[in-house]
Amino acid sequence: MKSWKRNVVILLTILGLLLPAAPSVFAAEKTVIIGYTASRTGKLNVEGMRQINGLSLWIDQVNAAGGVKLPDGTVVKFAAKDYDDESKKERVQELYTKLISTDKADFLISPYSSGLADAAAVIAQQYNKIMITAGAASDSTYKKGFSLVYQAYTPASRYLTGALDLLGKLDPSAKKVAIIHEKDKFSTDVVNALKAYGETKGYQIALFEGYDSGATDFAPFINKIPPDTQAVMGGGHFADTSTFAKQLFEKGVKAKMVALLVAPPEPKFAELGDAALGVIGASQWQPEAKYSEEGAKKAGVEWFGTSVADFDKTYKAKFKEEPSYHSAGGYVAGLIIEYAIKKSGSTDTAKVKEVLDGMNLMTFYGHLKFDNTPKAHGLQVGHEMVYTQWQKKDGKLVNQIVWPEAAQTAKAINYFPR
Amino acid sequence: MLGFVYGVAAMGLTLIWGVMTVINLAHGPVIALGMFGTYLLFTHLGLNPYLALVPVAFMGLIAGFVIYGTAVHRVINAPHLSSLLATFAVNMIIIGLGTAIFSTSPQNIDFPLGSLEIGFLTIPYTRLLATLGAVLFTAALYLFLYFTRPGKAIRAVANNRRAAELMGIPSSQVLALSFGLGTMLAAVAGGLIATFFPFTILSGGPYELKSFVICVLGGLGNPLGALLGGLILGGLEGLIPAFMPVSWVPVVEFGLFVLVLLVKPSGLLGAK
Repeated sequence: MKSWKRNVVILLTILGLLLPAAPSVFAAEKTVIIGYTASRTGKLNVEGMRQINGLSLWIDQVNAAGGVKLPDGTVVKFAAKDYDDESKKERVQELYTKLISTDKADFLISPYSSGLADAAAVIAQQYNKIMITAGAASDSTYKKGFSLVYQAYTPASRYLTGALDLLGKLDPSAKKVAIIHEKDKFSTDVVNALKAYGETKGYQIALFEGYDSGATDFAPFINKIPPDTQAVMGGGHFADTSTFAKQLFEKGVKAKMVALLVAPPEPKFAELGDAALGVIGASQWQPEAKYSEEGAKKAGVEWFGTSVADFDKTYKAKFKEEPSYHSAGGYVAGLIIEYAIKKSGSTDTAKVKEVLDGMNLMTFYGHLKFDNTPKAHGLQVGHEMVYTQWQKKDGKLVNQIVWPEAAQTAKAINYFPR
Repeated sequence: MLGFVYGVAAMGLTLIWGVMTVINLAHGPVIALGMFGTYLLFTHLGLNPYLALVPVAFMGLIAGFVIYGTAVHRVINAPHLSSLLATFAVNMIIIGLGTAIFSTSPQNIDFPLGSLEIGFLTIPYTRLLATLGAVLFTAALYLFLYFTRPGKAIRAVANNRRAAELMGIPSSQVLALSFGLGTMLAAVAGGLIATFFPFTILSGGPYELKSFVICVLGGLGNPLGALLGGLILGGLEGLIPAFMPVSWVPVVEFGLFVLVLLVKPSGLLGAK
């Protein structure tokens, strides 16, 4: 009788010891919801759709690879929940609140464009959720004291300054620059930094004017460009900037360089035909980029995720289109979350935040490192821009990397004379 | 230059108002449909965008009949709010369908014709041709209204519907025809704009707003006034930027608009 009781006690003790370890025996699965709104319609839909494509490719790949395993044995899989924000600010705040409280999103990705991302950042911070911003380059968002918002893009203040360096190389005698830009948050941040940088370099800003978002007639602005201007810079987002480029061409603007925001790196820009020729664009990433695991090793930076060639190949296979930097931005936003969850071994906001604050990472998209000072928390300080130019190769328009020289695939040519 | 094209769009609006006192809020989407009509004919059938204006005009006329028959006819004698809501509904339906079919990505008719250079002035040929097209359509409308039987009937109904009916003019048919003509002009204006600006299904909106301003400026219900209003607006948009920042254009435009309303509320060429 006694031995029977003792046996039960031993059995129960063993069971009791086993119980806490049970999850590792029957691996629990947890689905982390990535919430975001995207501009499926409205004026930002070209860029917005590319970003969604990039992100959904990441979700497919990370889940297919078995998700992320946490130290306690939990397997984290990812699912997306998204709404169409119609490219409108009012919708963004309403929808992000819904994503967090109704859909129980664990992590957030920003909508496309600085204006929309800025509106969403407020909500993320209020509800204590981490948000990776993709397609939101404006510097000012990160100077508002947010502690949970992290930027994947090179900030606006460093967006077009490289084009001025290129101009110095292309035509050392160049003096006059005309800046015509969209009057939104991002473009204004870019050109203000550009103007300041140009003035320190001794350039004369011969024209500095803004146009309303959604403008279609640029003739009044183009007419005001002084005839001896060597470079025209500015633009805004895809729709307006491609129109601007078309009208610059039709009006026969005789500048040596035309460098515009957002639109030129998009493959769709080539539909402008001859008007695209010679136009320089600032790009966050190009499929020709040379970031690699070996490069990361040499630089002493940790490498994570897919390779450039793999991203390019799988993206093309899935969406039957060339990936642009907007696509890469969407993908990398997910990749950052994956990395931080893996490294922290948790999906807890505070632990993931700790990893992000100290992150110094090389990926297919380039170098990523966030400012972790309270003054500009979350601002991207690692990533660099490349400058592309539409050139003719065998009679066809191709987008070449022309700056910085280390990444060059072709030498820059003049916009005029062509 | 653009003034003529604005004028054509505004004439469509003012014709509908003049004949049946209906404010057509579906004007903008019809302008956008004109853009897409030209675009589809150009990209899929390879039709010259200027020749495409003829089928686009015809389709605009048919679209006008359909809109009139389904949405406007029954509310034509009801208070203004009813017809306003009816045309607004049509507006939303077209935009919704258009967004579903074409999405809101900007489309572009790639048909460059080069530019004319006169001294320091550079004018793209597309704009010159659009001006020419607008003038031709205006002239045709004028001839139609003043020298054909249906045209005269339209003017009679606009003048006094009851009297016209007593004279044996079938007013419903005339109303349908005028609505059709109005939307036809909108579609043509859209087709012309599409040759030099990219567009989405939402692009009609700004031109609709301009059309309203132009109509009131020139005198509601007066096609000639609409053309004059269009020229004034187009001229201002070209001239003001030469003297001040471009963002001042709407300030001056609408300032002038308010001034005209104060001094001559019926518009520049409006009836007393």
